[in-house]
Amino acid sequence: MRLTPEEVDHVALLARLKLTGEERERFTTQMNSILEHFEQLQQIDTAGVPPMSHAVPMSNVLREDEPAPLLTPEEALGNAPDQARDCFRVPRVIE
Amino acid sequence: MRGSREAGQEHAPALHELTAHELSDLLGSRQVSAREVLASVFERIEEVEGEVHAYVRLTREVAEQQACEIDERRARGEGLSPLAGVPLALKDIYCTRGIETTCCSKILGGFVPPYDADVVERCRRNGLIFVGKTNMDEFAMGSSTENSAFGVTRNPWDLDRVPGGSSGGSAAAMAGSEAVVAMGTDTGGSIRQPASLCGVVGLKPTYGRVSRYGVIAFASSLDQAGPITKDVRDCALMMNVLAGHDPRDSTSIDVAPPDYTKALLPDAKGLRIGLVKEFMEYQGHRVDPEVDRAIAAAVERLRELGATCGEISLPSLNYSIPVYYIIAPAEASSNLARYDGVQYGYRAPDNGGDIIEMYSRTRDEGFGAEVKRRIMLGTYALSAGYYDAYYLKASQVRTLIRRDFDRAFEQFDVLVGAVSPTVAFRLGEKTDDPLAMYLSDVCTIPVNMGGLPGMSIPCGFSADGLPIGLQLVGRALGEEALLRAAYAFEQSTDYHKRRAHPIRDKNGRRAAVARA
Repeated sequence: MRLTPEEVDHVALLARLKLTGEERERFTTQMNSILEHFEQLQQIDTAGVPPMSHAVPMSNVLREDEPAPLLTPEEALGNAPDQARDCFRVPRVIE
Repeated sequence: MRGSREAGQEHAPALHELTAHELSDLLGSRQVSAREVLASVFERIEEVEGEVHAYVRLTREVAEQQACEIDERRARGEGLSPLAGVPLALKDIYCTRGIETTCCSKILGGFVPPYDADVVERCRRNGLIFVGKTNMDEFAMGSSTENSAFGVTRNPWDLDRVPGGSSGGSAAAMAGSEAVVAMGTDTGGSIRQPASLCGVVGLKPTYGRVSRYGVIAFASSLDQAGPITKDVRDCALMMNVLAGHDPRDSTSIDVAPPDYTKALLPDAKGLRIGLVKEFMEYQGHRVDPEVDRAIAAAVERLRELGATCGEISLPSLNYSIPVYYIIAPAEASSNLARYDGVQYGYRAPDNGGDIIEMYSRTRDEGFGAEVKRRIMLGTYALSAGYYDAYYLKASQVRTLIRRDFDRAFEQFDVLVGAVSPTVAFRLGEKTDDPLAMYLSDVCTIPVNMGGLPGMSIPCGFSADGLPIGLQLVGRALGEEALLRAAYAFEQSTDYHKRRAHPIRDKNGRRAAVARA
């Protein structure tokens, strides 16, 4: 399974990363060497083995849906790079 | 102790060199004040921080206010926690209300959390004093603290070597006596490996024992908070502060924690201890001979202390590196999607007024190389057509690793082995080879896969004077067995009493290392 620079571009788009040309080249080489090391997993027989996604067996943990004080608008917006009228401001999304 | 200090004996330890339990006695009997202890810690920081760089942010004003408050409360005769007045170094991954928290990433530059992590609330409640935020690999991704946006931390035992990572700043602060207790986090070894490389004690509790609320997320099914301390008793005292259920973390375990200091017994009688072959050898590569010998001697010592010792092989642990480097980046790629330049932190100034362009440039400029590499790996492992081959396969092998551990705990109470295959490596030695860096976590990663508690304690020094750590692994919620074995071992040695002196001589070389 060899990753081409074009596939790296596709993954970067999915990950919302705008890689420079130099990064794209370096990541292609490095990811291929790492993925090659990972190939050994394919030798293991895992037929019928359930996947483990959590260390502690837990079913859904629910709580009562009760209103409680949360952040004030000032606190919520206090770290925003840009804001206006109690909202986060971003570049235009809808034409 | 205080008496000999006042008598002006040359070799009486300074306050910053003491352990938390030693200080607790002095503070509780009002022989010293929290302000005096804090002043001693800041004197030490002034002396060595220029070389070590354990901290990315000192919070002296906050600390002085906290120390004054503790002294006043004690003067009024209030009953205080055993750790009230003890200076604490917090990894920069813990959200601290009103104190900048960046996870050592440019993308969180200037972020001031509006709330405290559960760990931070507990430390405040117990009167610990916040000295500062410590350096770490960006988003806890790394094994050397070289991936920080704020520069490297140096190992106090040898300033040309790494302190380990990702909690390298906290471990270096302990080894260099720049605080009295410290907090790290451990996703694949980030508490135990730096504790080992810096010659201090580090405990990664059972997954869910300590709340993850307010701990900036890396890989949510693996991340766990825990203490880094100068000795085992301090570790137990910190666990008494940290452990407990938190309804704000849905993976928090709802089982009342014990008094961990009750586990500190002077012998290991009746403990069944198993040396794990795969903690000493990965796919045919043996750990360094010096590490090998120190671990063998430690097992022998545990036997002398009354433990029954045996060996066991857990073959699926040979696959833990690929499993980890699929699962952790996959979870990270999802967790780190939130850094998009909208709600907090960095936004690329030049974004052409387009939202996708804004996201992508912000993330490319804000994240460091290792974080981007892992986001890329994780995104790829989860992407259409590759999910079964990577993520699903890795999750299945994770089950096999856990089964191997379950099998081992039918025979043994505590498993032991190396923490790191080598002593501290040189700065820059592995930065150009990500795979070589990943392999330095080979002994610690399987423990996170199983969600089990794991600990590192000092068990010797190399010929070059560099610390070697012994790893102890327990059953889920089996921290007490670890602490017992660790304490019995520690009390029969003097490794934990040695202190590093991170000061260069006039030729720029490190000064002579150990002072017992």
